[in-house]
Amino acid sequence: MPGQDNGFVVFSGVQKSYDGKILVVKDLNLSIAKGEFLTMLGPSGSGKTTCLMMLAGFETATQGEILLGGKPINNIPPHKREIGMVFQNYALFPHMTVAENLAFPLQVRSMSKVEQEEKVNHILDMVQMSSFGNRRPGQLSGGQQQRIALARALVFEPELVLMDEPLGALDKQLREHMQFEIKHLHERLGITVVYVTHDQTEALTMSDRVAVFNDGIIQQLDAPDTLYEAPNNSFVAQFIGENNTLAGTIEAFEGDFTKVRLDNDQVISAKAVNVSEVGEKTLISIRPERAETEEGRFPPGTQLISGEVMEFIYMGDVFRTRIKVGNNENFIVKSRNSPAQTRFQPGEKVTLGCLKEDCRALDYHTVAHEDLT
Amino acid sequence: MVDVSTFAGGTPLHRKVQRSLRLQKLRALGLIAPLLIFIMISFVIPIGDMLFRSVENQLVSEVLPRTTSYLEAETIDDHWEPPNNLFWHLYVDLAIASEVKTHTRVGSRLNYEKTGISSLFRKSGRSIKRFGADEYQKAITKVYPELVSVESWENFLSENNQGELRITQAAFDFWKESLIENDKFSEKTKPSDFLFVVLANDIISGNTPLAKELLPIVTDLPQIKFKEQFLAIDEDWADPSIWRTIQLYSPNFTNGYYLNSVDLKKGADGPEIRPENERLYLLIFSRTLFMSVTITLVCFLLGYPIAYFLANLPFKQANLFLILVLLPFWTSLLVRTSAWKVLLQNEGVVNDILVAVGIISNLERLELINNQTGTIIAMSHILLPFMILPLFSVMKTIHPSYVRAAKSLGATPWTAFRRIYFPQSIPGIGAGSILVFILSIGYYITPELVGGTTGTFISNRIAYHISSSLNWGLGAALGSMLLAVVLALYWVYDRMVGIDNVKLG
Repeated sequence: MPGQDNGFVVFSGVQKSYDGKILVVKDLNLSIAKGEFLTMLGPSGSGKTTCLMMLAGFETATQGEILLGGKPINNIPPHKREIGMVFQNYALFPHMTVAENLAFPLQVRSMSKVEQEEKVNHILDMVQMSSFGNRRPGQLSGGQQQRIALARALVFEPELVLMDEPLGALDKQLREHMQFEIKHLHERLGITVVYVTHDQTEALTMSDRVAVFNDGIIQQLDAPDTLYEAPNNSFVAQFIGENNTLAGTIEAFEGDFTKVRLDNDQVISAKAVNVSEVGEKTLISIRPERAETEEGRFPPGTQLISGEVMEFIYMGDVFRTRIKVGNNENFIVKSRNSPAQTRFQPGEKVTLGCLKEDCRALDYHTVAHEDLT
Repeated sequence: MVDVSTFAGGTPLHRKVQRSLRLQKLRALGLIAPLLIFIMISFVIPIGDMLFRSVENQLVSEVLPRTTSYLEAETIDDHWEPPNNLFWHLYVDLAIASEVKTHTRVGSRLNYEKTGISSLFRKSGRSIKRFGADEYQKAITKVYPELVSVESWENFLSENNQGELRITQAAFDFWKESLIENDKFSEKTKPSDFLFVVLANDIISGNTPLAKELLPIVTDLPQIKFKEQFLAIDEDWADPSIWRTIQLYSPNFTNGYYLNSVDLKKGADGPEIRPENERLYLLIFSRTLFMSVTITLVCFLLGYPIAYFLANLPFKQANLFLILVLLPFWTSLLVRTSAWKVLLQNEGVVNDILVAVGIISNLERLELINNQTGTIIAMSHILLPFMILPLFSVMKTIHPSYVRAAKSLGATPWTAFRRIYFPQSIPGIGAGSILVFILSIGYYITPELVGGTTGTFISNRIAYHISSSLNWGLGAALGSMLLAVVLALYWVYDRMVGIDNVKLG
């Protein structure tokens, strides 16, 4: 467990149940450092939003303690927590102008008019919306509303800002643009951000660390690259990025590696991540870009897996080849569009090559597709 | 490039578009036609009729055409004396009117403006037959025995129609028309007595060969002194104010009903204030407004917390409570109002409990009904759902994240409510208040049952004039005033709050 005394935000043994029967959050322990950008990522119903709401003070923890700056905040009402928050639907007050919205947190803090104006102008500058002070939220586009919501959460200079799927309502391009803006603001201001999303790309591009939630439990808490390249379990492997799985049975252990017999009777080596005994069923996770179909490009030490092409999809910059391996008809290989790349025909036999380091033997746990959205 | 103007087979495009749009419009019209017709018949036309009735005043000049046209030129002050000639005209008018009984209607109409006229007209209509007209009839029929049937009168008049018997002709025509109009004319109808008087009068005042020929017949008859006769029936015929009233209400249209509905009356020099004991309507209008505002306020104070509570419940429970809110609609209005009578009367449940608990003594039981308090209590209860429903549906649309956002920004729960939640619920308050206010300003049945004398509304007076006093003109004027007040308040509301700020959901 992370150190519970030195984190800026600490969840310690937190549990939450709404109905007294089902735990939505089961024994959450999490420590967030000052200035960190931490993302809570997970499918809907995984407990991530509940955690955020407990931190903001809109839900109370059934058990456990939440510390902010070393002080327990369980019994502090939300308006005294000094936490900025950006809501999914922005929650800009429709009956106030943009400037009034931004001045609201300053007014309730009894700041002088001059100071209010100064801060509002400054924050409007920061989100590049200086000329919009007199507009009503209803007159702004989604992206502009988003910036004002962000500005409003920052204007009273909280040390901690929570964001609840703030980019969910924006279109793809704007979302990507806003991701960078939020990231840059975070770097510039040095604030701590706890960000909730179900969009893994968002999580990977913005965060210092990502906590992957499922079923009320943090499945893995790591930096984005570790999360992607070294998932700890099948859920994380399938939730983060694209993933191919091959089912098999453990035959033997060889140091860090294990021999796995696939369901087409081929035996390959894979990194033993969370498998422990011979005879156990396992899912081997292989990223689509780590499998190779061109024999000329096989790196030394490649293991070969045979398959049959089901479909070849042209996507412009990349090709996706859907291959049947054993019982899995959805083994995807992603290859760069180059003149040397073979464009396969359905039905062709093909040999896949991948390094044993890129094969990770994980727990045998299938995730229903709808859980991933 | 395609020439759009003659696109599609030579027919100009704009015409094609027009045609297809016209078809669409016709179809839309067809859909709303049943309702439109229904509203026209049951709403627009009656309202138009009401507005018309509030100024219409044809009765007086219709029944008393000669009298009113004679009075037109007169200036009647307090020392004015009715000339003899006037009574002659009055005699002809009244004689015809009494035959078809319209004189009582004019009497009642004028009685609205000056009490006593009704009985004056009734009495005069009855006594007018004893003015000695039968002697004239006897004398004339002695010379012209055939003048006992309507037909022969017509022949006689047409034979001698050289302008000498102008007045007789006119009186006869008017008499016959009036009878036919009032369904009193049949083949057996005999010429009325007074026609002989008119004929004799024409003869006496005429200067034609026929008149000279006929003169001997009537010169021996006693002359009827109309003025003296009328004054003998009632001294009031000498009173200038009676004549002034007839004069003021002779035009076909009058503003008298409207003046009446704001406690004014027509005087010699324009409108004047009624004496204190006759003033009523301004008081009732202001009372109606005051009580409607109070009821709206009470509904708001009671309804807002309930709506807030409902809007924040889970869907299923909110539905259950909504049904409870609507439950009163399932009982008859009359039953609910009567229930309040049971609860609030002097020996009623509320007073009994207060006495039993010892809050008040038996001798100081509260007067909760048959006054304003009763009306306000009962009507607030009845109209409460009209406040709750729009409030609820507006509050339902206020996302909880607004208040959360306010709190996260540092606002106390009270500030968050006051500055964020409340302003967003204003459209609901507006809609609910307008509904309750407009419903209550025209409410009738509840104030009628529990209002007593001090808790009645203007609509109770309107109903009284429509069904009891039968002064429809005044009822219509009061109704129009009410309509005007509502529209004026609507305009003020639109100015102050903005009508697009009203949301029903």
